[in-house]
Amino acid sequence: MNLHEYQAKEIFARYGIPVPQGALASSPEAARAAAKQIGGDKFVVKAQVHAGGRGKVGGVKLVEGYDAVEEAAKKMLGIRLVTKQTDAKGLPVNSVWVEKPSAIARELYVSAVVDRSSERLVFMASAAGGMDIEEVAEHTPEKIKSITVNPSAGLQPYQARELGFFMGLTKEQVDQFTKIMTGLYRICTDLDASLIEINPLIVTTEGNVFALDAKLNFDDNALYRQKAIADMRDPTQEDERERVALQYDLNYVSLEGDIGCMVNGAGLAMATMDIIKLHGGQPANFLDVGGGATAERVTNAFKLITSSPDVKAILVNIFGGIVRCDLIAEGIIEAVKQVGLKVPVVARLQGTNMEKGQEMLKSSGLKITPVSDLTEAAKAVVAAAKSK
Amino acid sequence: MSILINKATKVICQGFTGKQGTFHSEQCIAYGTRMVGGVTPGRGGSSHLNLPVFDTCHDAVKATGAEATMIYVPAPFAADAVLEAADAGVKVVICITEGIPVNDMVKVKATLRANYPDTVLVGPNCPGVITPGECKIGIMPGHIHKAGKIGIISRSGTLTYETVHQTTANGLGQSTCVGIGGDPVRGYGFIDTLALFEQDPQTEGIIMVGEIGGSSEEEAAEYIKHHVKKPVIAYIAGVTAPAGKRMGHAGAIISGGKGTADEKFAALEAAKVVTVRSPADLGAAMKKALKL
Repeated sequence: MNLHEYQAKEIFARYGIPVPQGALASSPEAARAAAKQIGGDKFVVKAQVHAGGRGKVGGVKLVEGYDAVEEAAKKMLGIRLVTKQTDAKGLPVNSVWVEKPSAIARELYVSAVVDRSSERLVFMASAAGGMDIEEVAEHTPEKIKSITVNPSAGLQPYQARELGFFMGLTKEQVDQFTKIMTGLYRICTDLDASLIEINPLIVTTEGNVFALDAKLNFDDNALYRQKAIADMRDPTQEDERERVALQYDLNYVSLEGDIGCMVNGAGLAMATMDIIKLHGGQPANFLDVGGGATAERVTNAFKLITSSPDVKAILVNIFGGIVRCDLIAEGIIEAVKQVGLKVPVVARLQGTNMEKGQEMLKSSGLKITPVSDLTEAAKAVVAAAKSK
Repeated sequence: MSILINKATKVICQGFTGKQGTFHSEQCIAYGTRMVGGVTPGRGGSSHLNLPVFDTCHDAVKATGAEATMIYVPAPFAADAVLEAADAGVKVVICITEGIPVNDMVKVKATLRANYPDTVLVGPNCPGVITPGECKIGIMPGHIHKAGKIGIISRSGTLTYETVHQTTANGLGQSTCVGIGGDPVRGYGFIDTLALFEQDPQTEGIIMVGEIGGSSEEEAAEYIKHHVKKPVIAYIAGVTAPAGKRMGHAGAIISGGKGTADEKFAALEAAKVVTVRSPADLGAAMKKALKL
């Protein structure tokens, strides 16, 4: 789960990580009031969306005076911001963060993530902040240093000092940085953050260390014990169909093709997308109905897939294990009856009771082609989509 | 021969009397798995599916000599269940549970390494392990398997069944199938399992099924290059998966441009592993590699 920058900064402040003074506004008038409250004559107005790359497309503005703050907020609020990290539709700007500008002397980088190889929390720091860190890692890996935290001992101050001095901080700044690292570590352990990135972490002209930006992701598996974090979810920043899928307890990801997929199991669902591509088609979605695919789940999945106007054909790929193919066939027939069917469906049922399931589909009189071979199924659905 | 489990393996179930535990224990018993009991705190002394129920893993191991456990305990309590099994001396701990927080698994793995280095953990978020015709520990459908010569390692559930189906249809059969699970921090990985299959005389070829996210397939490729002589066929799911999106499994995500299927295919091919671009070709490719 992702948070907005302003939410991340609120959490940072709570954990003793210094952030620039700022306030949230969801109307131009409120933005003006926020600026007045902050004081001074210059302000940064930042569109709050779940995506980076805002600055390049007008989502971050440095302005002078209250009128200019109001004007900048007016331009951002209500639009959909398209950045290099969003799709072509962009994300809605429902609020802006008005912030006191910082006098920047240096831009640094720090992040924390559970490293899958060492199976531990790893902190990464670099003096090359404000840049794309993947580029830094690729071209100048020597500019990045990382430390690994032993979960039994927890983060030790020497590890923070090691990173601080590596970035060329003074003793006083290293002390500030150590406090920041301690806060980040506690956000990871107390709040189940799965990724924290501060880019840039700045040293001001006065010599103080601040988090100028904040990116926070949380472990979805841990949300059951992080109610306060779960309540910060902003559904307007999520894909409409992905949001509905979540309510139905389905794993769904929107893609840009025209062949809808309904599969049981995440691995098989990805493989199904791949095999469609391999045979010249484009998948419209990833959809895992889960191991315990019931008739009701199949119906919901069908509703979801057919709600996209882009879908020209549907491939159902079920490997019946514990789940029986005849039950799945029943679910498909029921779903088609409920939601109607405007596009051809190719259903590949394999495993337990597959003959019975295929027979049921065949005799249903519906526009469903039963196939038992995976390659054949992919070819058939690609042909069906192309003929539409 | 086989790896990890066989017909002699004595198995208990943690979360035995729950809905999942009950259903799958019944299935395992019907398959022929040597189930000897189960653990549900507070139900010790009673009987379930004609087997004894214990309050703790220690009690269960002491009374039955259990060597393996399958865990269906709900995610919030699953890390505790894994460590309880390890502490009780269970040798093979197979955790089926999905949705365990990654911080819990970081602690579990660090504790296993430091205190129980000989405990084998498989999973979590996996279908389990099966040695066809002998012992099934997990949620896989037993009847699609056939005793034979191929070792299967996979991060996915139903994609493993697909692989099993093809090796059965091609007359190859399976020695043991290990579902290592779809989580980013997990127990047994590709390398641990490859090492066992390489040593196992029954296994003549190995199929590994990977997916996007992390770098365990790349690490496996490096290992295969130096240590595996048996033919390995590999498939990676997720060529079409977009970056930054989690594809069902907690661990199936391309982050920071890393963990793509293309990178994994390239690493495996550089290690002279035969790869297939369609999962439908796995069985045929293995047959060819074994010159059958």
